[in-house]
Amino acid sequence: MRAILQPRHRSALVFLAGLALFTLCVTVAAHFGLVSTSFVKTLGKTLCLCLAALAMDLIWGYAGILSLGHMAFFALGGYMIGMWLMYARTEEIVIASLLNGGLPATPEEISQGIATQIFGVVGASDLPAIWGFAHSLPLQLTLVVALPGLLALVFGWLAFRSRVTGVYLSILTQAMTLALALYLFQNDSGLRGNNGLSGLQNLPGVTAGQDTVSVWFFWASALALALAYVALHSIVSGKFGSVIRAIRDDEARVRFLGYSVESYKLFAFTLTAVICALAGALYYPQAGIVNPAELAPIASIYLAVWAAIGGRGRLYGAVIGAAVVSLLSSWFTGGRVPSIPLGFATINWVDWWQVLLGLTFVLVTLFAPKGIGGLFDRLAGVHAPDRKGAPLGPDDGSLQEKEAQE
Amino acid sequence: MSTLLEVSGVTVSFDGFRAINNLTFAIGPAELRAIIGPNGAGKSTFMDIVTGKTRPDSGSVSFGEKPVSLLRMSEAQIARAGVGRKFQRPTVFEDQTVSENLTLALKAGRSPWAVLGWSKTGVDDERILALAVQVGLGDSLGRKAGILSHGQKQWLEIAMLLAQEPRLLLVDEPAAGMTLAEREKTTELLVEIAKTRAVVVVEHDMEFVRRLDCRVTVLHEGAVLAEGSLDHVTKNQAVIDVYLGRG
Ligand SMILES: Nc1ncnc2c1ncn2[C@@H]1O[C@H](COP(=O)(O)OP(=O)(O)O)[C@@H](O)[C@H]1O
Ligand SMILES: [Mg+2]
Repeated sequence: MRAILQPRHRSALVFLAGLALFTLCVTVAAHFGLVSTSFVKTLGKTLCLCLAALAMDLIWGYAGILSLGHMAFFALGGYMIGMWLMYARTEEIVIASLLNGGLPATPEEISQGIATQIFGVVGASDLPAIWGFAHSLPLQLTLVVALPGLLALVFGWLAFRSRVTGVYLSILTQAMTLALALYLFQNDSGLRGNNGLSGLQNLPGVTAGQDTVSVWFFWASALALALAYVALHSIVSGKFGSVIRAIRDDEARVRFLGYSVESYKLFAFTLTAVICALAGALYYPQAGIVNPAELAPIASIYLAVWAAIGGRGRLYGAVIGAAVVSLLSSWFTGGRVPSIPLGFATINWVDWWQVLLGLTFVLVTLFAPKGIGGLFDRLAGVHAPDRKGAPLGPDDGSLQEKEAQE
Repeated sequence: MSTLLEVSGVTVSFDGFRAINNLTFAIGPAELRAIIGPNGAGKSTFMDIVTGKTRPDSGSVSFGEKPVSLLRMSEAQIARAGVGRKFQRPTVFEDQTVSENLTLALKAGRSPWAVLGWSKTGVDDERILALAVQVGLGDSLGRKAGILSHGQKQWLEIAMLLAQEPRLLLVDEPAAGMTLAEREKTTELLVEIAKTRAVVVVEHDMEFVRRLDCRVTVLHEGAVLAEGSLDHVTKNQAVIDVYLGRG
């Protein structure tokens, strides 16, 4: 008990308490109909984005690897769970409609019916081979972790082994995301091309309404965020965190201490890819649809912006950044913010929100490099090295002096 | 005498310029050796080769009783095999505390899984404190390395080197930026360490080398110019011409 009350765990305890309180409030509000089902879904989705931002903070804020491809893993997680959701749901519908015909349907008729239902939109009527596991929830759940994990492992192994670092690595991750998105856009990719997977909000075999299901997913998202926070906090506050921060600031020096820098990067890259995939698997059933546009490079760039605005190198910073920016974003782009007439022109927030966000990003980078999370550090009072403005290490991803202050 | 490190016939060129030219060097398991030589003689490059940072064009580098070639090993593998290095510039992790810096260096499993499963025991705490006290940082364990003075960073790096428990220490200009008292303490420490392991010290300062009281290797243009006691090499006419004569 004494161990978890140490000062270094204080931020995690405060975070968990805050998350629990938030979950309770939303649950109560939803129960009494004070908030709409769609708002509960928005909050649940926001928690999933926070989870992805948490992963982003580990890989960028702690390990110094600016990945611009982690939302690809997020979307892949969504695709993997989406395949089961869509298959099982369609199966129910097909069986029900065949029953109306009188005779019990044969397995061939059922699978043919499912294939036609799902792939009619792209002009195909056979189930592609990659749907071979879609009938089974456990198998498809395994794929949620295994596919993005494997992709990250192979990609990371190739990139880190050749010691690609800094901006080149960022470009490489961006290229990976783009390639994946372009592949999925094709109709013969086996994942319904640009239609993506839809109707994911309908859980097979569940009769409860969306008002109930939305709260379940909200809880699941909150639980996942809490568990991931605890796990990542225990990783970064221990020796592993110390090693990856050292790699971020001066990886050559870490090698001379006997650590295989590449294994650590690969470990962090793969772990965070898996976390993103899990976040995506919780997000898309709440969003209802996943399509290749979700893999657009901009999504991964947003992730980096959240971490930067929240304050990289501190877990709660990333969560705050993701929550604040994505909630503001859905508020501004939801069309509910009154436009500002200026006489000669009108500021329509749906369009101008991007500009505002971009401006905020620039301002935060220039004037508050520690982001929103930095405000909390100021209260805690941590010592800062004085480097006369120089970064804290020779490497591209190393923390800048301003980020480490106080 | 058995040798711990044997470098033979090593040559390295950078864009045609031979920084190390057919260099041969050997050191025993418990020996202190000073390397001197004018700027650009190849002293740091020599250390780069032994630690795996630079790959030689030709020659061999072997290490240990049952000699293994270091040339096919990565920097991290060489470090794990027991070669520790102190850089010319102090390189400590500025954003981390003295205690964290020492913990990183402390001899323990280096794989990600080993590190994840590692937790600090009372023995580790004592060892870290002892090392910090040894280099005069006993009351700075909780301070970030970035706020230490230049000399203190040098000391911290030496302590990190000791925490690694290497069998061979390569120390590049340890006394740079130190006060006279700090230099004296550094010599004492290096002499003490060399009783149980091999230590190679690169240094410019002759007084410092004299206090080390050990065999000296003079490097010039990437090759060994002379070797022997300090008095012996300083009497060597070639050494006087290229090195002492200048400065
Ligand atoms: N990575 C490199 N690329 C090109 N030239 C180098 C490199 N490293 C060292 N050199 C050159 O090799 C020579 C030896 O350098 P160094 O080993 O640093 O000398 P010192 O004895 O002063 O430590 C110098 O002329 C230096 O310019
Ligand atoms: Mg040098």
